[in-house]
Amino acid sequence: MLALRLRSTKTGKIRFASHRDIAKVWERTLRVSNIPLVYSQGFSPRPKISYGLALPTGAESDCEFIDIQVDDSDRESIIVGDICSSLNSNLPPGIKINGASVMNGKFPSLQQTVTSCVWDITVNEDDTKVDSWIDRMNNANEIVLRRERKGKEVVDDIKPQVYLVRKNFERIDGRVTLQAELGTQPRSLRPSELLRSLEPCLSEYKLRRRKQIVEEGARQLDPLEVAGATPMRSLVGAL
Amino acid sequence: MTSIWPEIEHLLLNVEKPARYIGLERGAIQPPHDPRNVAWLLTYPDAYEVGFPNQGLQILYEIINELSIGEAERAYAPWVDLEKIMREKRIPLFSVDTHRPANEFDVVAFNLSSELVYTNLLNCIDLSGVPLRSVERGIGDPLIAAGGHCTYNPEPLADFVDFFVLGDGEEVVSELTHVIHKWKTSESTHSDRGFLLRELSKIEGVYVPQMYNVSRDQNGFQILEPKYGDVPKLVEKRTITSLEDWPYPKNQLVPITEVVHDRLNVEVFRGCTRGCRFCQAGMITRPVRERSVDQVRTMVSEGLRRTGYDQVALTSLSTADYSHIEKAVAAVGEDPLSCGQTGVSLPSLRVDAFTVGIAATLQGGKRSGLTFAPEAGTWRMRQVINKLITEEDLYGAVESAFSQGWRRVKLYFLIGLPTETDEDTLGIADLAKNCVEIGKKYTKQASVTVSVGGFVPKPFTPFQWFGQNTIEELQRKINLLKDATNRSRGVQLKWHDPKATLIEGVLSRGDRALSPLIEEVWRSGGTFQEWSEHFDLDRWLSSMNKLDLSVEDYAYRHRDKSEPLPWDHLDAGLYKDFLWQEWRDALVEVGLEDCRWTPCYDCGACTGYGLDHVVASTSPPVGGSQGTWQDLAKGSEMPQLLTIRKKSETV
Repeated sequence: MLALRLRSTKTGKIRFASHRDIAKVWERTLRVSNIPLVYSQGFSPRPKISYGLALPTGAESDCEFIDIQVDDSDRESIIVGDICSSLNSNLPPGIKINGASVMNGKFPSLQQTVTSCVWDITVNEDDTKVDSWIDRMNNANEIVLRRERKGKEVVDDIKPQVYLVRKNFERIDGRVTLQAELGTQPRSLRPSELLRSLEPCLSEYKLRRRKQIVEEGARQLDPLEVAGATPMRSLVGAL
Repeated sequence: MTSIWPEIEHLLLNVEKPARYIGLERGAIQPPHDPRNVAWLLTYPDAYEVGFPNQGLQILYEIINELSIGEAERAYAPWVDLEKIMREKRIPLFSVDTHRPANEFDVVAFNLSSELVYTNLLNCIDLSGVPLRSVERGIGDPLIAAGGHCTYNPEPLADFVDFFVLGDGEEVVSELTHVIHKWKTSESTHSDRGFLLRELSKIEGVYVPQMYNVSRDQNGFQILEPKYGDVPKLVEKRTITSLEDWPYPKNQLVPITEVVHDRLNVEVFRGCTRGCRFCQAGMITRPVRERSVDQVRTMVSEGLRRTGYDQVALTSLSTADYSHIEKAVAAVGEDPLSCGQTGVSLPSLRVDAFTVGIAATLQGGKRSGLTFAPEAGTWRMRQVINKLITEEDLYGAVESAFSQGWRRVKLYFLIGLPTETDEDTLGIADLAKNCVEIGKKYTKQASVTVSVGGFVPKPFTPFQWFGQNTIEELQRKINLLKDATNRSRGVQLKWHDPKATLIEGVLSRGDRALSPLIEEVWRSGGTFQEWSEHFDLDRWLSSMNKLDLSVEDYAYRHRDKSEPLPWDHLDAGLYKDFLWQEWRDALVEVGLEDCRWTPCYDCGACTGYGLDHVVASTSPPVGGSQGTWQDLAKGSEMPQLLTIRKKSETV
């Protein structure tokens, strides 16, 4: 058994496919690419695939992750680069593998391991409004947000999950873009929640996940670089 | 040439299920846009998730794109939320493949598989920016075309559609493309739309409503006469002689987002000779044309490889009738790619042909639900409709299923059939209860879902003369069944809304006088009528009232033999005398055997075309009564795993 962690993009038209849709796309693409997977035991066996943090439908990303378990019992050797290029030729336009690691031993799931995400949030408001919003956000001691969770209204302070908010130098479609690093533990703070947490709210025009971060001690790592992962660096050029 | 993607991209954040509008499916084609080509926009006038799996549309999509002079893209009706935005922002209907606006195509062709989508067809024409009525269209407008089963009575849509195509589309679509191409590239004719329509009307299987004069006889019935000598008086349907020559779709599309029937579909045969008198599909698609089991095997294995699906449906009107059904099912399991993980589903199972053998091979992969269609509750009623399956057939099939580990089966029935009595209706409940009892021998959780639909008489069937049951009568019968089943554990009753059944009935046998009705209902906002949350009977009834059209006239009234029918100018390959004789036989409860295994009854389907049924085997497959109402299990070469059949006592 060979455990692989793959990092991929989600850009362009495909951004409108939901997290669930993409899961099915992966399953089918793995079959079309003839990559033998390890199956679960039981009445209805499922291939062993686990998906990372959900991306809101409509958002783009440079860093979506999945973990798969490849069945290598029938083969002498499996070349990770071959797997990735075969998948890349069968994935829909906009989804492209841009990194991979072989995972050794036991390792925590993507959901457990990622501690924050970096987002580019393009908004409809002008510079003055955005500057003032960012100032107030950064100077606030607490930001109280009401949101629904499992049918119940929950009120809590989200400020501890706002690691960074600043204005990007680059504009997108002429619009102001914020960069925000938001915590994901124990539960992700969504960019849409951030925008509406402080009145007058900002409205989202476009969203892109730039990075997923795993904090190990003082270090901030890519999920491909965590302990136990062997990044396939030579792949990056080839993909 | 243009793409409306930049205009809709940011609007998609505000609509439900935006992935319906992005294209990108595996197998999708982005044809190069050559202005000399004939560009088809193949449109399913209902939501993406319903229209996407349509095999007819996917077959034509491939065939046209293989032509050097053709290109085809797909469109679906935008859901109400997006439609509202499109109208506000003046964004036209678009293809999902390259997001090209509909009015840049030469032909916008619709698939019509249900009457209740007619208002959506008008909506799509209007969203395309094309004038609603054929006579209002000019040289720059696309041709509006329609195909599919509903075109066997095209009259309610005759004002809106430039040409209809009857029957199999595989061959005729290339002929149409060539005629349109010749017209488009010729200096002398390309400005004359009337010339083109007349040329199209000369193609076999093509009906161009504008080429006919409409009048009314002394009783007010519609009469059509060709305007010109070279326009056919009788339009014959198209039939491909060999399904083997058309192994399509070769590259079935795989959706990105959720759709119905999301699996690999392999059509094992077309046509049906069971001769069920209520069934339009079985009548108009005759004769039977089977695919060889080798080709089925190849299509399954290549399909699995290309699509990544882990579910295969072997499709046809009655798949258990396929001569090599067990081999075909086994072929799926044996495919190296499937590694035993691939499930098989057989839609439309006949109970008299479902055996333990099939049940056993099916359960190898993932187990899908099993649905049988006894259609009626008593042997008397089944003789009337010529669904000649015995009660023992049903119990045998159900026993096969439960004994092989299924816990739930679904049974389909029709109510409101000709000569139906309450005893017949209640027979449905008895059958269901008995099936549950059989299931309980094998599992405590045995359950049977009974699904009842109101019968709608259809053109080109022996029941085309029958006046359908009223809403009240259908509702009364549903209530009878509710009372009869509500204390039976294990029986779940589901039913189709009788109000929708009525409107299907009105449109199914209507004439051109219904064009204004469809327009009126559409204008008042009545789209997506197939969806119960959007269907609105009052909208239809008040529009009918306004136009002085009566439900009694269109749906409830029995027709007489002498009455001209609105589809008399069309030929589905069946002699009208044959249909009338079948109607008379039905009323005296005389059944007619499956003609694959008995001498020809001369229905017209084969004779007219110099064809014969193409079956992969000359003798009936083993098991069940196979439409002969005789026990064929005896003397068979295949060992039966269970002796569950007895010589029928009811015959």
